[in-house]
Amino acid sequence: MNGMLVLPVAIPLITATLGLLFRKSSQLQRWIGVLGAVALLGSAVVLFRDVYADGIQVLQLGNWAAPFGITLVADMLTMLMVGISAIMGLIIAIYSLYDIDKERERFGYYPLLHILIMGVNGSFLTGDIFNLYVWFEVMLIASFILLALGNSKNQLQGALKYVFINLFSSLVFLFGVALLYGMTGTLNMADLAVRLPEVENTGLVTTTAMIFMVAFGIKAAVFPLFFWLPASYHTPPVAISAIFGGLLTKVGVYALIRVFTLLFTVESAHNDYLHTILLWVGGFTMVIGVLGAASHMEFRKILSFHIVSQIGYMIMGLAFNTAMGIMGAIFYVLHNILAKSNLFLISGVAQRLLGTFELKKMGGLYKHYPFLAVLFLISAFALAGFPPLSGFWAKLSLVKAGLSIEQYVITGVAILVGLLTLFSMTKIWLTAFWSPVPDEKPEHFGKIPLFGAGKLYILMIPVMIIAGLIIMVGLYAQPLLELCMTAAEQLLDPSVYIEAVLGPQ
Amino acid sequence: MDTILPIIAGAIFATGIYLLLRRSLILTIIGIILISNSVNLALFSLGRLTTENPPLIKAGSLEPLAPFANPLPQALILTAIVIGFGLLAFALALAYRSYRELGTVDQDELLQDAEDTAAAIVPRDDFKKGGDA
Repeated sequence: MNGMLVLPVAIPLITATLGLLFRKSSQLQRWIGVLGAVALLGSAVVLFRDVYADGIQVLQLGNWAAPFGITLVADMLTMLMVGISAIMGLIIAIYSLYDIDKERERFGYYPLLHILIMGVNGSFLTGDIFNLYVWFEVMLIASFILLALGNSKNQLQGALKYVFINLFSSLVFLFGVALLYGMTGTLNMADLAVRLPEVENTGLVTTTAMIFMVAFGIKAAVFPLFFWLPASYHTPPVAISAIFGGLLTKVGVYALIRVFTLLFTVESAHNDYLHTILLWVGGFTMVIGVLGAASHMEFRKILSFHIVSQIGYMIMGLAFNTAMGIMGAIFYVLHNILAKSNLFLISGVAQRLLGTFELKKMGGLYKHYPFLAVLFLISAFALAGFPPLSGFWAKLSLVKAGLSIEQYVITGVAILVGLLTLFSMTKIWLTAFWSPVPDEKPEHFGKIPLFGAGKLYILMIPVMIIAGLIIMVGLYAQPLLELCMTAAEQLLDPSVYIEAVLGPQ
Repeated sequence: MDTILPIIAGAIFATGIYLLLRRSLILTIIGIILISNSVNLALFSLGRLTTENPPLIKAGSLEPLAPFANPLPQALILTAIVIGFGLLAFALALAYRSYRELGTVDQDELLQDAEDTAAAIVPRDDFKKGGDA
């Protein structure tokens, strides 16, 4: 029992409540927003140390013994995800200080941001499948409002698609939960892991697994369920795009990893179709996403399609179902959250300078803002997988995992998609950074400095922090790779998880 | 009951899907409502329905009178109903707002490609000051 486990959920809740209490004063809200994010990061670090030192931590809420009450569980995967979500929360809170306008602040932007983070952390921590549904809904309702806040035409259009597809996927998820409960009579994930292999109707287990794959697949935006993502993620302000693109889809990936290593394993489904399907899904997601990105000329739309393509890599790692593959997938999730959100944040700075996201109307950023160009290159090369940046190690471990189980075709596809990723990153570089300064540029372009007057430095600080993290992860990859390996080994041996939750069997 | 409820749930789900695929935004929302209800029904019928004693503990006793009915599905459905209610209220408000802003509920017209996405971002006057400096 470790009471600290509630903190990653409780701190954002307290922060959001305080923010709502002081919603009249935007100054106070900003301070509360940033301080709450700092406190969250602190709690994540403390919890991480516990999990690192003593293994899986468990909290039975209300002291109801599992499987009857709701259980919070923190294994290494959970802690890595909570840690990265806390970092992202802080980064976005700082970036929002300048990016988010007064009007949105007045309608409770900061409380909503923290409720979103609460939902994300709750989904990572919970050990109960129905509770996971509830956390998904907490996360969804906050994301709905964040997406629609501002009411501009294209935001409403984006929000409509996002809202309906996500409502549908939640209902599919709930139906899957109903089937699980009908088969086993329990909702605790550890208890489910014990009982599912004993279910005689193995066809129904496979069907339920497919229902979960569809439900989480919509949230994670995998092929062929991704169309809502590039249609909506480019509409809200950049800070919101960045946390959606960085964090939210990865919650879907997390849920897929959790469910397909703990509940629907080869033992419980009595066959290996599921991982074969996941492998195909991963391959198509990679290819279609990257081709979509190649065909677009809008900064954030390109990035949105790349989210889809990168999700494919993570699904591929999961589908390999080996320690190396899952380790690669987890490392890829962490690296991708950093690189992807940084690219979104940079697109925001570029938009502030040039007044548009259309690549054809952009140009001259390298001439006037070389430092911004360097930061873009770091993130773009990390995304494409250049050594010595974080993406290289992520791709390397996935490729190694693929070769070691002789999945040559999909590994080849993964490498090819890496090249195509580089193609669309070069496209952004050539148009927005390298091409001559456009004729129709805002007056301030080239005159205001990144640091100093104009307050652009508030946007630059988070960008620099993430770029630093990307380089650090790239140069000192070993510690993080080892943590991911620990997480993968815990996932592949569910008995440890089950014992931690239900006690010695 | 055991056979009728799943069939009804399936029929409602199918109707919901049909409405979900219609062009009008309002019909889409009604479709989501129907699917939501059918999933709740499925949760109910999958939750091992039995007609036994109510799961209440009498005064002076420590446990309910066995055999008692399973109280959990009701709790789950209640949670799902409350969550669904909140989300649908938001969806309706969003649909209304879209109708006001975009002047139609036909999804083909509603979801035509948006113009410049930079419109959502409010320009800052700080820049002008910065430019002068």
